[in-house]
Amino acid sequence: MKEIVVISGKGGTGKTSIAASFAWLGGKDVIVADCDVDAADMHLLMQPDYHESEDFYSGEKAIIDQDKCTQCRCCIDVCRFDAISIRDDMLYVDPLECEGCGYCARICPENAITNEIQNAGQWYISTIKTGSTMVHARLGIGADNSGKLVAKVKNEARKIAIEENKDIILIDGSPGIGCPVISSLSGVDFAVLVSEPTISGLHDLKRVNELVKKFKARAGGIINKADLNIRITGQIEHYMKSENILHLANLPYDEIFTYSMTCGKTIVEYARNDLTTSISVIWDTIKQAI
Amino acid sequence: MKLAIASGKGGTGKTTLSVNLASYIAKFQKVILADLDVEEPNSGLFIHARLVSKKDKFKMIPEWNEKNCTLCGNCKEVCNYNAIIQLNSIILVFPQLCHGCFACSELCPSSALKMVPQRIGELQYFEDGNLSFIESRLDIGQEQATPLISLTKTFIEENFTDDIIKIYDSPPGTSCPVIETTKNADYVILVTEPTPFGLHDLKLAVGTMRKLRRKFGVVINRYGIGNDAVLNYCVSEDIPVLAKIPNNRRIAELYSRGKLIYPTIPEFESEMERIRTYILRKAYCK
Amino acid sequence: MKIAFTSKGTNWDSMMDPRFGRTAFLLVYDEEKNELTHFDNRAIENEAHGAGPKTAQKLVELQAKVLVTGNGPGENAARVLDQTNIKVYTGAGDMTVKEALEAFKNNSLNQ
Repeated sequence: MKEIVVISGKGGTGKTSIAASFAWLGGKDVIVADCDVDAADMHLLMQPDYHESEDFYSGEKAIIDQDKCTQCRCCIDVCRFDAISIRDDMLYVDPLECEGCGYCARICPENAITNEIQNAGQWYISTIKTGSTMVHARLGIGADNSGKLVAKVKNEARKIAIEENKDIILIDGSPGIGCPVISSLSGVDFAVLVSEPTISGLHDLKRVNELVKKFKARAGGIINKADLNIRITGQIEHYMKSENILHLANLPYDEIFTYSMTCGKTIVEYARNDLTTSISVIWDTIKQAI
Repeated sequence: MKLAIASGKGGTGKTTLSVNLASYIAKFQKVILADLDVEEPNSGLFIHARLVSKKDKFKMIPEWNEKNCTLCGNCKEVCNYNAIIQLNSIILVFPQLCHGCFACSELCPSSALKMVPQRIGELQYFEDGNLSFIESRLDIGQEQATPLISLTKTFIEENFTDDIIKIYDSPPGTSCPVIETTKNADYVILVTEPTPFGLHDLKLAVGTMRKLRRKFGVVINRYGIGNDAVLNYCVSEDIPVLAKIPNNRRIAELYSRGKLIYPTIPEFESEMERIRTYILRKAYCK
Repeated sequence: MKIAFTSKGTNWDSMMDPRFGRTAFLLVYDEEKNELTHFDNRAIENEAHGAGPKTAQKLVELQAKVLVTGNGPGENAARVLDQTNIKVYTGAGDMTVKEALEAFKNNSLNQ
């Protein structure tokens, strides 16, 4: 059982559109995991049925029991995050400021504060239009985006892949370079890096590649919208070569990315042309590489 | 006036708007642009200004004093983030996990954990005429963006007066760093694109703004691709659309080269003017 | 000597878990008593941060002198293990626990 993750460092490069195309091409051989939990979009192209859902708990917040509180203000004295304030003679914890450290709860002389675990989102198991299974999630607003929900989605996907005897887990990864991406990368066999030929695109590709190198995964690169800036496309190709990143393909800027998305379809479903052929070839190359 | 520029989805054009709007406004009055996407600050690629100062930024973490320690293990018990481990007769602190709550330090019965500063990143302050540009960059290996964002905002509040327009280029998404950036903004501009992904993530961003009780409006970038679903959504939700930036390949090309857009694309410049007028009206009619 | 393995299951035929911090189980083989015991580490899934150091601390409590694993401990866990005398061997991620023990004995793992 092999794991392929599609990541990008910078947002808007076409990561999810490309990952969705792979999911379509992989069909029943592939379990899909949408690990872009802060802004999950795969479901807009895969038509999931959400047949199972579970709440996800992460992070804690302090709550003051007004019946027990004597307004001694010991909690305010210790809170480093200015999360506790007084209104109409009553003390309140602002859940957006509270970091759940538990210090106030520990020292309250009346035991009036509890540090409660938070419902931070939901995760789902769905059957998607290829007939296969997708594990996806939605992180709550302002929730702790630690990578824990990403890990949950991946673990559930792994369990299903074993049960259903599937060869490949395809992961739509998180953007950026923080904990959620690290969680997306953990244990994968192949990382597809999608970039665009802009100064910020190259800059972010380098940063995310530094992260990828810490994991023992083969890396392949796709330069999307490559004809937008030939010079920077060249710089990216040069960078990939020096870093041993397999150059999978350059894809031209094509409005088909948007047209197909608007119809709720993956690019490879929507039409048959050079671009979609390139994507199929990339998918075959990746499968061979792992 | 504090204006934050945010988006649910990455890649919608937040930075393009921030740098162009700030530079455009600088033609008329003093303005501050702060790049608070501290994990991946990109605005600086478009701004060419003189470096005025550089400052290291710190967070507080506990430092173990072996001599005073009685190995009672209380520190490990009170830490909610697994940042303190006791290994036989050693106490290990994990700075990346520490949230700086001071509980271990203040509850230590033998004063064996003093809080000391640890560098988390760097703030750079640049100036070019009316434009003051502040960029903060998180050190690689530092996991928490929020403390650096907060420190940067404090720097701005301490060094600049209230009457100057401050534009905060926010990180993408809707989690803690975005909350920190936008939570006391006077106005938030949400940048989106007229596609299904754009609409979906805009709704998440709108939900966040409503939870934070912020005044906000929308700028639709790459207007002309996709469909009208985003526009219809804004109309039905009574959300002001401040500008529609047309889909123009030339804009993408200029961006790719790190160039500002408004000097050479009139239809883009007129949208900057439209936004500038709107903000000024908002600022004076609070 | 006690040898620890990061594993997905609780017996010799179980597959090794390539990860350390979030490994499902820690299996400990006591060479002298020829006994295999296990520690269920799956609760670590609930920890958002600090899984590595926590699991490392557990390993110390289990009194293992050697750790056989797949990819190796992450930075935080490695820092804990550096403070101990536990020797870490990697490269056994795709094996069963039994095969991993043999590979360790044949010196074919990486240190």
